[in-house]
Amino acid sequence: MAFINYSSREINVKLVYYGPGLGGKTTNLRYIFQKTAPDTRGRMIELATETERTLFFDFLPLAMGKLGGFSVRFHLYTVPGQVFYDASRKIILKDVDGIVFVADSQIERMDANLESLDNMKIHLAEYGIRLEDVPWVMQYNKRDLPSAVDAAELSAMLNPFGVPEFSAVATRGEGVFETLKTVAKIVLKELRKQYTGGGQ
Amino acid sequence: MMLEQQMVLFEEDFEKIQKLCQELAAETNAKLVFLVDKNGQLIATSGDTGTMDTTSLATLAAGNIAATSGLAKLIGEKEFSILFHEGERDNLHLSTITERLILVVVFDHRTSLGLVRLLVRKSSRKLEELFAEINSKKGTREQNTIFTEITDEDIDNLFND
Ligand SMILES: Nc1nc2c(ncn2[C@@H]2O[C@H](COP(=O)(O)OP(=O)(O)O)[C@@H](O)[C@H]2O)c(=O)[nH]1
Ligand SMILES: [Mg+2]
Repeated sequence: MAFINYSSREINVKLVYYGPGLGGKTTNLRYIFQKTAPDTRGRMIELATETERTLFFDFLPLAMGKLGGFSVRFHLYTVPGQVFYDASRKIILKDVDGIVFVADSQIERMDANLESLDNMKIHLAEYGIRLEDVPWVMQYNKRDLPSAVDAAELSAMLNPFGVPEFSAVATRGEGVFETLKTVAKIVLKELRKQYTGGGQ
Repeated sequence: MMLEQQMVLFEEDFEKIQKLCQELAAETNAKLVFLVDKNGQLIATSGDTGTMDTTSLATLAAGNIAATSGLAKLIGEKEFSILFHEGERDNLHLSTITERLILVVVFDHRTSLGLVRLLVRKSSRKLEELFAEINSKKGTREQNTIFTEITDEDIDNLFND
């Protein structure tokens, strides 16, 4: 749920990076944090275990410039991927405005990708939201690994709705900003559509 | 659309909210008062926030409330509507107001938990009334023009380097 504040002249939007454990969600946020000028982003919060696995969420606030005199601010969250952190994932998804699904391209992670995608749909449904109605994009990460499945195959398996999709190597930053910019655009256009009653 | 209605806050309403937060800070002698959306968005602050990272504070306060209400449900409670964290110097009092809001008070030895509790309860009622009034005006507002004044091209241009 976006928060439009006429007093501070800000549009605040919530984006969630979802996907299986170890797929590269935290790596995406870290790269964005490193490559953004300090005056356009806040502190990155990582609520993680001692072994660096996300425990509750990671959080990164980003300023994305101005629209019609309003500062556009995105709040980026990641969810913990492991199966047993299901309650945390549901909490983070609440009131989401847009989603990046970070899939792991490795063949041995296909079941984990499908399971996570299903899990996401279930949690959205619990909030009364259909995935088709949420602005979201797909990222196929870890393209550098030898067991990476062909992108077309991944697409057939994981992207039946045909949402925008990106190949990525998050550790090197490849595809990270393309993914972010696209989802940000889709979210803002969707907001605009809601206010202009359908629109183009 | 299926997505939930957005939250829109106008200047005049913000000023009323801000005033209630300031009153609470003054009456309790608290260091800081924050009003946060359960989603982690900061709505209003009062007191000297100085170098404090208010964005992080808002997010973590919301995370804290969300996690403990998860715990509450597990033991058959609806939620824990008040949380108190005691530090060596500063203390944190978090309480939920309506379905959507969290009131955060940061205070030290210059006041007491009892007084904070009492006055938070009083302010909560006022804030509840205020938000009921704000919500009842929703939909009749024509000032909410930001998204009708911009175009899809403006949005595209935002991301051109
Ligand atoms: N080879 C390779 N490793 C990656 C890539 N992205 C992330 N990793 C590694 O995968 C592991 C898990 O990443 P993390 O971001 O913590 O995953 P998360 O559980 O989705 O947050 C880390 O060791 C990362 O360095 C990638 O594109 N290629
Ligand atoms: Mg992680």
